[in-house]
Amino acid sequence: MNRVAITGLGIYSCIGKNREAVRDSLYKGQSGIIFDPVRKEFGYRSALTGFVDRPELKGVLDRRARLMLPEQGEYAYMATSEAFAQAGIDQDYINAHEIGILYGNDSSAKPVIDAIDLIRLKKDTTLVGSGSVFQTMNSTVTMNLATIFRLKGVNFTISAACASGSHAIGLGYHFIRTGLQDCIVTGGAQEINYLSMGNFDALSAFSIREGEPTKASRPFDRDRDGLIPSGGAATVILENWDTAKKRGANILGEVIGYGFSSNGEHISNPTVEGPVRSLQKAIRESGILPSEIDYVNAHATSTPAGDASEARALAQVFGERAVPVSSTKSMTGHECWMAGASEIVYCMLMMESGFMAPNINFENPDEDSAKLDIIQSAREKNIGVFLSNSFGFGGTNSSLIVRKTA
Amino acid sequence: MSPITTSEETITKIKAFLSEEFEADQSAMVPSASLKEVLDLDSLDYIDLVVVIESNFHFKVKPEDFTGILTFQNFYDYIISKVNTKAIA
Repeated sequence: MNRVAITGLGIYSCIGKNREAVRDSLYKGQSGIIFDPVRKEFGYRSALTGFVDRPELKGVLDRRARLMLPEQGEYAYMATSEAFAQAGIDQDYINAHEIGILYGNDSSAKPVIDAIDLIRLKKDTTLVGSGSVFQTMNSTVTMNLATIFRLKGVNFTISAACASGSHAIGLGYHFIRTGLQDCIVTGGAQEINYLSMGNFDALSAFSIREGEPTKASRPFDRDRDGLIPSGGAATVILENWDTAKKRGANILGEVIGYGFSSNGEHISNPTVEGPVRSLQKAIRESGILPSEIDYVNAHATSTPAGDASEARALAQVFGERAVPVSSTKSMTGHECWMAGASEIVYCMLMMESGFMAPNINFENPDEDSAKLDIIQSAREKNIGVFLSNSFGFGGTNSSLIVRKTA
Repeated sequence: MSPITTSEETITKIKAFLSEEFEADQSAMVPSASLKEVLDLDSLDYIDLVVVIESNFHFKVKPEDFTGILTFQNFYDYIISKVNTKAIA
């Protein structure tokens, strides 16, 4: 089995549009949550959201490429460009090697709605133009990035709700581990627009602390009242350790475990047992003991039931030892399809800079979170190994473990 | 009945929207030049050409209309003829 190296990271999120800006935000505990009046006007119960500007790609990408890219594809392009640059992979290298892409994405609502609105109005499908179909499909990110960067390896999208990005990295890990590919672009992307989250808002899953946007996402806090949708994109370049070494790449970390499970129960209600199996599988696969994990980046989205279940799962797996835990969603909101990938990037940035990011807005524990070591302000501490959890609708669970390069 | 525009005005308008949509240089849009080459059109781009024509001149375009349109002159003639027909109707 091959070792799996991380050689490039890219991020475009509501707490920063590149690695440096995001690292600063993570350290300072800076929130990217805003109140969006458009959502209120549109009928949302909660108008809170993470927000990041769309990048200006005119002059960067040609017209044809831009026409095919939906919002989350633009974010993914930015993140992937940054990741390739860090990995030292240029177009000549891409052209000469079989590089794949496995990316998480589970919706492209706005292009679908815009197209159907236009067809209804004009009674003429042609008028949606050539780009619409390529923007509307769930595989929009992988089809676009594979075309823009001329990738020739594995190429498909992982749709697994809020665990999409994490499973994408997990699958990439297996493709490289088993020798099917030597280099894969993995990651996750999430649209932010107001059209994309109305039906999620319908479940009353979002925080209604609208008067204090930056305090609304409070994972594990006793007074949490729901998640806040957010988005952007994150890219993680995975490579066969040996080929990365051979080409002189700077290895940033090593993926050593990927665990997964399905709750096999309710479509939206969390369980403790499902995440426990995912965590245990990842730890078993990594060949390390739970006590060797220095930091856990929790899935915790700030919902009453979800955070409580995860807290119980962590307590069960880590036992008496209170492993340091934070949910970076306290700053970013819930980046949904992107979250599993962005949180790997966040952890890698912490690992690189020797700190653990805070779980902001954690003011009072509840019965379950009292058993955890929740990080309340940035902790200057080296991370040798971290674990990152992602859970999604339908009971899909994913856990990844990454070790620092010695 | 729509107001009648001159051919020159129509050509100016065509060049402007083609330049905007396809990011092509207006000075290359001479009558004898190849529409496909100057605008760098692939099969998908013809769909967008239909969209910009319909949006700018408000008449329906059939894909088969493009069969005989090779040069900018062909294209200008096609649009002018459709615009005039619409104006007279």
